[in-house]
Amino acid sequence: MSSSPVIDIADLSLTFETNDGPVHALSNVSLRIEKGDFVSLIGPSGCGKTTLLRVIADLEHPTGGRVSIHGMTPEEARLKRAYGYVFQAPALYPWRTIGKNIGLPLEIMGYSKDERATRIRKGLELVNLTGFENKFPWQLSGGMQQRASIARALSFDPELLLMDEPFGALDEIVRDKLNEQLLRLWEMTQKTVVFVTHSIPEAVFLSTKIVVMSPRPGKIHDIIECNFPRDRTLDIRETPEFLDVANRVRQGLREGHSYVD
Amino acid sequence: MLKALWSGKTLPVLVVSAILIVLWYVGAILLNSDMQRDAFANANNTNYTFADLVIGTWSQERPKLPAPDQILTELHKTVIDTAPTSKRSLVFHGYVTLTATLFGFLIGSALGMVLAILVVHVRSLDKSLMPWVVASQTIPIIALAPMIIVIMNQFDITGLVPKSIIAAYLSFFPVTVGMVKGLRSPDPLQLDLMRTYSASRIQTFFKLRIPASVPFLFASLKVGVAASLVGTVVAELTKSEDGGFGARLLAGSYYGQTIQIWAALFAAAACAWALVSLIGLLDRAVTKAMGAR
Repeated sequence: MSSSPVIDIADLSLTFETNDGPVHALSNVSLRIEKGDFVSLIGPSGCGKTTLLRVIADLEHPTGGRVSIHGMTPEEARLKRAYGYVFQAPALYPWRTIGKNIGLPLEIMGYSKDERATRIRKGLELVNLTGFENKFPWQLSGGMQQRASIARALSFDPELLLMDEPFGALDEIVRDKLNEQLLRLWEMTQKTVVFVTHSIPEAVFLSTKIVVMSPRPGKIHDIIECNFPRDRTLDIRETPEFLDVANRVRQGLREGHSYVD
Repeated sequence: MLKALWSGKTLPVLVVSAILIVLWYVGAILLNSDMQRDAFANANNTNYTFADLVIGTWSQERPKLPAPDQILTELHKTVIDTAPTSKRSLVFHGYVTLTATLFGFLIGSALGMVLAILVVHVRSLDKSLMPWVVASQTIPIIALAPMIIVIMNQFDITGLVPKSIIAAYLSFFPVTVGMVKGLRSPDPLQLDLMRTYSASRIQTFFKLRIPASVPFLFASLKVGVAASLVGTVVAELTKSEDGGFGARLLAGSYYGQTIQIWAALFAAAACAWALVSLIGLLDRAVTKAMGAR
């Protein structure tokens, strides 16, 4: 593993000033993410997992500590288009076809028309949506829409993929399928992924590293290494090793919660 | 067959229209009967039946409320039987009104869109301009129109332009309000997405705000075009020498030609309906191309 991490977070804190006084969304968070890692941030609502992801993406500004992405500040990284971001909802623009949606970042970043066409075709292939290029978002199922939004995030080939509960709104059958596809995608593209979820099986199945977070103030409770073979399938969820890791995550979540109430 | 009619819009509309027409004829009897009795008295006719009275109220030359068929006859006469070049033709007056309306509508909606873009992008304008935009609509147009025409006349601006300016004055407001709402309609997620691409303000404007505002824009254009027509007609009440529906209404009221007034009213309403429908068609075509189901 390379010595310089993709993401290096040291002593990060973020406090929102609200009318009811300050809310400590993040407090003393430190985390290193290496190239090729698949890191899941898991925790109950209000633990700051989404906020942490948004800080990395320069969508929120920390009030303390340091974040560096490839040695750059989050803002520099954003301006350099260093990451692709997948939101909780597909956020496809309804007036654009699927192909045009995938091409949106390419248009903004000034890719040529031919280059865009090639990348859109590749993107559609990557997420198994070939043939849907000229459909509008409403003509696709929720799962297909979310796959399109993943293709959109990957269209300009960023090294880092930030995903904020991308499958949270989908039913379990679709979610399982997408989890498997995402794993293949990760294996194929060698991206570094930061993935927010509140599903334990999802986190254990996908990750090389599970960051268990706890709320009020949001902080890291535990980091669990999780190195199943890269070509794993959903069957792995029945193995004792899988259940063992899942148990540790569950325990971590419980401990993180216990002294709150 | 009947069921299919009932479930559609056709039958309910027909039923309501039929009821209105019946009420109208009844109203004509009530409103015109006094005058009819006087007319019979003047002609020394004391020996009339109720049927005579009723038929009389529906066929007066200057009734207080003309019967629908009288208005239709007048419309037929002034739209189809009269040469469109004649000053007695409603086609002529319609042309005068519609050109001023459309010109005013173009100015008004262009101005409305520009104002909306400024208001959305310049924070201080949101605070300083928007109250004036709202205040502009609290002034009764019927009071403002003559002043605008007189002042413009002072500068030798006559003809189409003063009327169009009044039409524009009424139509820019709904367009501004609708467009501001449309440009602000993208949700935080859609805006965040643009931010993750480091999109510039101009890119966000053209690729997100403008397309998102289209449905809002069309809704307000429909209101705006109808308002433009009202503005033009009001302007023509003051500036009647060029003709137009307003001039026709004015002339009708001078000479107590109620049938003429009602015919002009219906023709103006039909024009407004046609303009709104035209924008509706354009709306459907554009939103369909933009993926609406």
